[in-house]
Amino acid sequence: MRAAIAIAETNPRLRVAVVSKVYPMRSHTVSAEGGAAGVIAADDSLDEHAYDTISGGDWLCDQDAVDEFVKEAPQELLRLEHWGCPWSRTPEGRIAVRAFGGMQKKRTWFAADKTGFHMLHTLFQTSLKYTSVVRYDEWFVTKLLVDDGRVQGVVAIELMSGKIQPILAKAVILCTGGCGRVFPFTTNASIKTGDGMALAYAAGAPLKDMEFIQYHPTGLPFTGILITEAARAEGGWLLNKDGYRYLQDYNLGTPEPEPVLRSMELGPRDRLSQAFVKEVEKGRAIDGPYGAVVHLDLRHLGRQVIDAKIPFVRELCQKYQNIDPVKELIPVRPVIHYVMGGVHTDIDGATPLAGLYAAGEVACVSINGANRLGSNSLPELLVFGARAGRAAAEYASTQTDPNSSLLAQAEDERRRLERDFLHKTDGAERLATIRTEMQETMEQGAGIYRSGEGLTRAADRLRELQERFRNVAMQDSSRTFNTELTAVLELSFMLDVAESIVHCALRREESRGAHQRTDFTGRDDERFLAHSLNYRNSDGSSRVEYLPVTITRWLPGERVYGR
Amino acid sequence: MDDRITLRLARYRPEEEAEPTFEEYEVPCRKDWVVLDGLNYIKDQLDGTLSFRWSCRMGICGSCGMTVNGEPKLTCETFLTDYAPGPVRIEPLQNFPVIRDLIVEMTDFMQKLTTIKPWIVRDEERPLAEGEYRQTPDEMSEYMQYSMCINCMLCYAACPVYSLDPKFIGPAAIALAQRYNLDSRDEGSGERLDILSQHEGIWACTFVGECTEVCPKDVDPAGAIQRYKLDAALTSLKSFLLPWGAR
Repeated sequence: MRAAIAIAETNPRLRVAVVSKVYPMRSHTVSAEGGAAGVIAADDSLDEHAYDTISGGDWLCDQDAVDEFVKEAPQELLRLEHWGCPWSRTPEGRIAVRAFGGMQKKRTWFAADKTGFHMLHTLFQTSLKYTSVVRYDEWFVTKLLVDDGRVQGVVAIELMSGKIQPILAKAVILCTGGCGRVFPFTTNASIKTGDGMALAYAAGAPLKDMEFIQYHPTGLPFTGILITEAARAEGGWLLNKDGYRYLQDYNLGTPEPEPVLRSMELGPRDRLSQAFVKEVEKGRAIDGPYGAVVHLDLRHLGRQVIDAKIPFVRELCQKYQNIDPVKELIPVRPVIHYVMGGVHTDIDGATPLAGLYAAGEVACVSINGANRLGSNSLPELLVFGARAGRAAAEYASTQTDPNSSLLAQAEDERRRLERDFLHKTDGAERLATIRTEMQETMEQGAGIYRSGEGLTRAADRLRELQERFRNVAMQDSSRTFNTELTAVLELSFMLDVAESIVHCALRREESRGAHQRTDFTGRDDERFLAHSLNYRNSDGSSRVEYLPVTITRWLPGERVYGR
Repeated sequence: MDDRITLRLARYRPEEEAEPTFEEYEVPCRKDWVVLDGLNYIKDQLDGTLSFRWSCRMGICGSCGMTVNGEPKLTCETFLTDYAPGPVRIEPLQNFPVIRDLIVEMTDFMQKLTTIKPWIVRDEERPLAEGEYRQTPDEMSEYMQYSMCINCMLCYAACPVYSLDPKFIGPAAIALAQRYNLDSRDEGSGERLDILSQHEGIWACTFVGECTEVCPKDVDPAGAIQRYKLDAALTSLKSFLLPWGAR
């Protein structure tokens, strides 16, 4: 949405098509809870935000990109305020900021604990005033159209009618979000199936740093519903079965009654999730019906603080867990939340493939490195959505109309969809079975701790699942809102993305941020201070190359928390 | 062995049948399963042709509204055990054309949304360099409730006026108009009043408040509508008394 507005403002003569498989206000940004980081407080500085981001990302962030990001984030958040976003305020009516994990200053803007919801609705509603923005709501993109080395549109299915048709364009921006659904237990909505990553990969653009997958330390068991980091920023504690704040045993500082920035419960997500695994190994977690959990304790905050600052946490716990955090402990466990990697872009959202741009979780600029800090992803989608929109608008303004030869390509794609899925009568494999096996493979092989052996096994399993996918059985041949067709296409996207994650993880023989190898336990800056770039070869196989990290001011150092 | 429960689902396949029919499926009735879990069980294990919308399964994306035993509900927060021993009747939301199975068409709402100008309207936009608009927590609380709408359409499904007159702009859209009208940063309430008063229907709302009752986010659209009526009445009274001065 931010990119669409940026295009409309850069060149009002361009026609903008927003193509989305769901209505835009259903997009997964809606679920983001805690907040959006941007330096605004008098005691804060851009350099401190940049340093927190870079050290939080275990020095895999491109520092030039981080510099731009921290500079533009407050401007973008302010712009959203002018568009009506109901940011929480101080008693004087100024923007209020809260603490967040891995940040040394309070700089996270928030709209209670429905920040993503308010941002998305503000952007969507504001976009309605731009008449050059035309929406293709509930259109499912199946392919990028590439000709003459340029991306010149997409093929999409209009779900309501089942019509399969090309949408030609001088430039395409992917804003499709992440791929959490390749794992079994995730905060991600059902729509987060890595579509944009798989589409770009198939079209020849590389995926970057796909091995870096973030576990959020506090998800509700079974549902995977996120309990926001803001719960800890407001003073929540993580306790093991003995009621002990166990993070003190993991080099994250000493427990204080009040929250301390960059310490204990306000450490970075990768370290907290890893501490959970160790705690389970020590037998100090709590057994629950869905596996081991620890407890998040908010009781000492009291009803008033909980209702004012994190009301959604209370609502979610009461509705889905049947517990009231005012009086009871919340069972939590790490849950797949975010992928740091994505389609390789430069600082303007441009991919190496002409005409193709990407922004948000689908992209990897990279500002998140090996571990994203909480509250950096919302400003990221604003800053880089706007930059990609402006860059794509300028590019499109200089391009000729798309080639008519693309229509033949689109026709081929329509025939492929009909042959392989809609008209398919044979096939023995159940779609949901392949999906479940893929998810289990990923959890076993590419979870919080990984090994060469486990990753190799996962790669073999995924190859096997790709084979079995060819034999998938289709029950639904209808054109009208065929959700079996979209589910099978999503599965094909996820299988490609899962393979990319595993291949990159296997080759990265070190431990950095969210990528922890039990067989290579240290960070290896000699060999791996570099981004993985995963390309698809023309025969369908994949290769991984490396691109040095851009270091401008901060040389790689130790990640220090709690001291 | 899990308890089981029967879901009686409205099916409609427009390419095959002229009228909706019902089909029954038996699903596990687990303690923490919501209706949506039951539907996904059917889709994954029993019948891949069943169609319904869902996404976040945490009550915030607004996709999964359906009629459960006659009441409009978000199926991601409606627990199966509350309906034990069953059967549970699940139908698409009422008052909308059905596209297929449990999926309704909402293009009408999307068009209505644009007509009420749901964005900040100002004569002069504040430059970014001047920082944020000041807005105290009290000023925020004026409109916050109306900003919580997730566009789930339950209020339209419950609205007796909308069921008779689809031209009625409807509860969620009016609540959203009020959300901006009551925002201290906005200067567009006059324009929105003009737009809303062109639409009939609003005067037919009898404040029975079904919309507010079914709202999963406590937005209180009925309150917004009453408030709007009062504003509209006052404005027309002012324009009668002060023909040049009312806005």
